[in-house]
Amino acid sequence: MDSLQQRSSTVQEPPGATPGYRPTPPPAWKPRTDPAPLLPDAEPFRVLGTDAVAAADPELLRRLYAELVRGRRYNAQATALTKQGRLAVYPSTTGQEACEVAAALALEDRDWLFPSYRDTLAAVVRGLDPVQALTLLRGDWHTGYDPREHRIAPLSTPLATQLPHAVGLAHAARLKGDDVVALAMVGDGGTSEGDFHEALNFAAVWQAPVVFLVQNNGFAISVPLAKQTAAPSLAHKAVGYGMPGRLVDGNDAVAVHQVLTEAVARARRGGGPTLIEAITYRIEAHTNADDATRYRGDSEVEAWRAHDPILLLERELTERGMLDEDGKRAAAEAAETMAAALRERMNAEPVLDPMDLFAHVYAEQTTQLREQAAQLRAELDAESEA
Amino acid sequence: MTTQVAAKPAKPAKPATMAQALQRAMRDAMAEDPTVHVMGEDVGTLGGVFRVTDGLAKEFGEDRCTDTPLAEAGILGTAVGMAMYGLRPVVEMQFDAFAYPAFEQLISHVSRMRNRTRGAMPMPMVIRVPYGGGIGGVEHHSDSSEAYYMATPGLHVVTPATVEDAYGLLRAAIASDDPVVFLEPKRLYWSKSDWSPEAPTQVEPIGKAVVRRRGTSATLITYGPSVPVCLEAAEAAQAEGWDLEVIDLRSLVPFDDETVSASVRRTGRAVVVHESTGFGGPGGEIAARVTERCFHHLEAPVLRVAGFDIPYPPPMLERHHLPGVDRVLDAVARLQWEVGS
Repeated sequence: MDSLQQRSSTVQEPPGATPGYRPTPPPAWKPRTDPAPLLPDAEPFRVLGTDAVAAADPELLRRLYAELVRGRRYNAQATALTKQGRLAVYPSTTGQEACEVAAALALEDRDWLFPSYRDTLAAVVRGLDPVQALTLLRGDWHTGYDPREHRIAPLSTPLATQLPHAVGLAHAARLKGDDVVALAMVGDGGTSEGDFHEALNFAAVWQAPVVFLVQNNGFAISVPLAKQTAAPSLAHKAVGYGMPGRLVDGNDAVAVHQVLTEAVARARRGGGPTLIEAITYRIEAHTNADDATRYRGDSEVEAWRAHDPILLLERELTERGMLDEDGKRAAAEAAETMAAALRERMNAEPVLDPMDLFAHVYAEQTTQLREQAAQLRAELDAESEA
Repeated sequence: MTTQVAAKPAKPAKPATMAQALQRAMRDAMAEDPTVHVMGEDVGTLGGVFRVTDGLAKEFGEDRCTDTPLAEAGILGTAVGMAMYGLRPVVEMQFDAFAYPAFEQLISHVSRMRNRTRGAMPMPMVIRVPYGGGIGGVEHHSDSSEAYYMATPGLHVVTPATVEDAYGLLRAAIASDDPVVFLEPKRLYWSKSDWSPEAPTQVEPIGKAVVRRRGTSATLITYGPSVPVCLEAAEAAQAEGWDLEVIDLRSLVPFDDETVSASVRRTGRAVVVHESTGFGGPGGEIAARVTERCFHHLEAPVLRVAGFDIPYPPPMLERHHLPGVDRVLDAVARLQWEVGS
């Protein structure tokens, strides 16, 4: 103790200092409060394989299971549609379904979802018509639904730019006195973008009711996390903004659902934003246009297949007698019905009106656009006469 | 017995500045519509570095006039979310070049949200950008960035040159259901007029140019900070026998082809004047439009008087860069164009 004091006094009093002089901290300095409550746990939060499963609502567990199975089938069907040329591109969430499902199920109807381009499944679980969810990726229009009707923002292709939208919307809702929460989804690569930083900072300063869910699936296209960040975890980034960071096993659907539900509840009661990092893995390539074998090995993929979100939940529920063969069959059949309907509807050619090109640029068309619309009209008329 | 009541002396109209007119436009809009929110760096307690938002936070509270963190992408990005929830944000980008970090939000989201959602989600917001030089600002404080905004479909681009228009156009911009980039010529912030903050007000429709000076020998097509320059040039040219018409565009998008073409068809000659760089600048677009519409009426090529194609110079050199009266008059002289000249 003595030596400590001695050392600290040595540090405080540089050689040659006036006797009795004690440097003081800068006038604005406030003593540090312990950031420990904001720090994520050392291990990702897990529920499966623990006694906490017994305490979980069995209805919720079965719902999560059924949605995971349906989500996996949705991913497979959408991927197949790219091979048939029905979708221009599809960024799969195979292996990440637990994050997508839990994100959607943690929200109330009045809440808002801000998805990235990879998060069509979350939108579908939230109730959006799968065909509408895939419109962007099919290429017939950028957003196939009315965002206000479903409280799902347009799928954002630029990375992390939808995060400040979530903050602004949640802030506006609170100003209006509505207890609405915004959930913003982003990938690990997106956390390097400036908009990620600005969104988290605004959210914390405004104590906006927002939950940020980072799906860390290991790669931003081909770039692994180690080349993306030097932080101990992405959840650690929360501390610098003054919000709690949570780390969760992204393939444990029950854990993800629990962490998200807690964060949503906290935001709703005025507790401010939370940053959640869900550790998961993208089993498929970035999109159908990507060759994942160039940047990762089979053994890595196989290890994650063994940690598959459906497998984990199925095993747990089966062992606990909460899921039998009938239950599994029912989930598989529901998924198959969804896929068949999706396939059939996506095989129909969308009916497009080229005049839509000019219909929604401005509330009122400018003279310039009216002239261009007339030009296209004339071209279309000439085409149909020919 | 008749009582003689001394006539109350008419209150002399208090000259107001453009900054005051802009401030009143926001105050009136906020008072009429509770969904109007002003936000940006320093707009609250300080009242903006140009005092354009002075008093709004005090009058409407910090929830309606909000000092945000210093982050332009965040300011505009959160404004997008606010507009999604039914508010009408009026965003301040403190200086022209400070707006650049917000360009991704502007171009990838603000400008195209209506379009990408087939009209379901309009973006009723105003992005106020103090722009242009002539105030002795150091680097990054004097850019004329209008060409970037003009090149982005979905945005309206508006710039007032008079105190009256500053009020009228900002009211229209706030009322617009589409995003409006509202360029405020900062060297005109302290320009005064007989317009008084108590005077009756008028909302100007966006997209209409106005003839500031009637003339017959040539048309000067200009906007924002270059309008007073062109008016001065027109007065000076009178002595040389040139009767110049001066058009203040007020709105760059939408563009008022009708007013501009009608003028050039009458005068047969045109010069476009602006501070922004010439190459790839607004003048090229305007000259092309005029040529396409008025070719058979033109006595000379449409000329441009623009800033040089250089990064905005340091303040001690800016007078050499900014198009002034002499440079406009030189261009007018060149309009005595003959084939082969």
